[in-house]
Amino acid sequence: MRKVKIKFRGMLQVIEAGVNTANHIVELQGKRYDADKLPLDAPVSGTIYGVLLNYKGALATLGNAVNEPPYKVAPKAPVLYIKPANTVIGYGMPIPLPDHVPALEIGATLGVVIGRKATRVSEEQALTYVDGYTVVNDVSIPHTSLYRPAVSQKSRDGFCPVGPWVIERDAVVNPDALRVRVYINGELRQENTTANLIRPIPRLIAEITDFMTLNIGDTLLVGVPEDAPLAKAGDHVRIEIDNIGILENTVVHERELYKEAK
Amino acid sequence: MKRARIAYLGAIHEAVEMDGRLKLDDGRIVEEHQVVWLPPVQPRTVFALGLNYADHAKELSFKAPTEPLVFLKGPNTFVGHRAHTRRPSDATYMHYECELAVVMGRTARHVKREDAYDYVLGYTVANDYTIRDYLENYYRPNLRVKNRDTCTPIGPWLVDAKDIADPMNLTLRTYVNGKLTQEGNTRDMIFSIPVLIEYLSSFMTLNAGDIILTGTPEGLIDTKVGDEVVTEIESIGRLVNTIVGDESFNETNM
Repeated sequence: MRKVKIKFRGMLQVIEAGVNTANHIVELQGKRYDADKLPLDAPVSGTIYGVLLNYKGALATLGNAVNEPPYKVAPKAPVLYIKPANTVIGYGMPIPLPDHVPALEIGATLGVVIGRKATRVSEEQALTYVDGYTVVNDVSIPHTSLYRPAVSQKSRDGFCPVGPWVIERDAVVNPDALRVRVYINGELRQENTTANLIRPIPRLIAEITDFMTLNIGDTLLVGVPEDAPLAKAGDHVRIEIDNIGILENTVVHERELYKEAK
Repeated sequence: MKRARIAYLGAIHEAVEMDGRLKLDDGRIVEEHQVVWLPPVQPRTVFALGLNYADHAKELSFKAPTEPLVFLKGPNTFVGHRAHTRRPSDATYMHYECELAVVMGRTARHVKREDAYDYVLGYTVANDYTIRDYLENYYRPNLRVKNRDTCTPIGPWLVDAKDIADPMNLTLRTYVNGKLTQEGNTRDMIFSIPVLIEYLSSFMTLNAGDIILTGTPEGLIDTKVGDEVVTEIESIGRLVNTIVGDESFNETNM
């Protein structure tokens, strides 16, 4: 059993529980539950920051384009973006597919949850500022240009499933060597490892907190690997990260969600 | 009504403006220099506009955008009235940006421009500093330029929407060490407040307390350590800020 923080829908606070990450069993006050059957909400509440092009393969995919307009040169510092509060949804919640969009890009990523205020921290100390880890789906409308902030492609309602829990930091021996897999309708569509990060987690935290504070509860997404798979309406998306957890959501037409809400 | 959030004698208060002074929520009246000013709204989702004044776009040799150029800011970057903003020692060009900030009053989704003002709680002044040395052409302007700690002073007042007859006709001015360096008018925005609310709410939900920084007109100059920068908007407020160097952040007693 590993210690985790979970949050139930409709509750303001996270609560502590135990999990077995191998079979997705949650232990709460001495009772065992299948994670699928619990009404889980996103277990985080701070600001969510993503990092662009932090996988070696993702940068390589751009090829010589990094030296041509409009980019002209490869990034010199972490390129960050924000997934605002309206994007965050929990385990099992539907991912809305906007009208006139054929499919969504699935951005499987490790979420690093900050445990205490991190300002100008060193690489050596960086992991001591981490509370734990979670699985995040940094959903986007596919876009080819990376020149302008992709707010309308990345900030839509429901575009950031998080969960099922935040697992305690010490349960993860090396966050820079975790396998990340994406299954769509049960079929393996992407596989990578955080060993391929350009900036490993401690370095990322050190470089980011050199110019901006990460507050307790903020979540840092370490990056999305190259060849992100696409999911269309009705597709079931399952993201697995070794020793962290499995995040599952289904893509649903936005207009059907609103119809249900009426 | 003009509202503020301040710290006074160890407690955080809501306050309102009264004859140039502050009336705290417990009834005490204090002078504006006796308090520590906090951002008048606790920022959550904050949008900022790039190149939203045609003259500013021209000043930077850019074509005026055909779709709003929007980026997001995190809560770390905001400081209140009379705060200090850090200029890193390696920066060669750091400039202020005087901007009208629009604070949302309720949840907004698929709002039409003709109804947009119904969703506005009020207005304040922001100074959206930019350190141009750190610009890179990925998701430009990147957070290293736009989301640095202390680099977005905001305040002093949140002015009720009903007190501003026409937010699209307000003069903006910036003074550096008392000298006027920037002057413009909100009527020259490329994308007006109602258009911005319509645009943003067309693809995502805006919530109460969300803030839109609407961009800045021309007249930007490099600011140095020690400069006092005042960004001022007619009927909204006068936001004072001081640039400090790395040494203010590196002092230790060790």
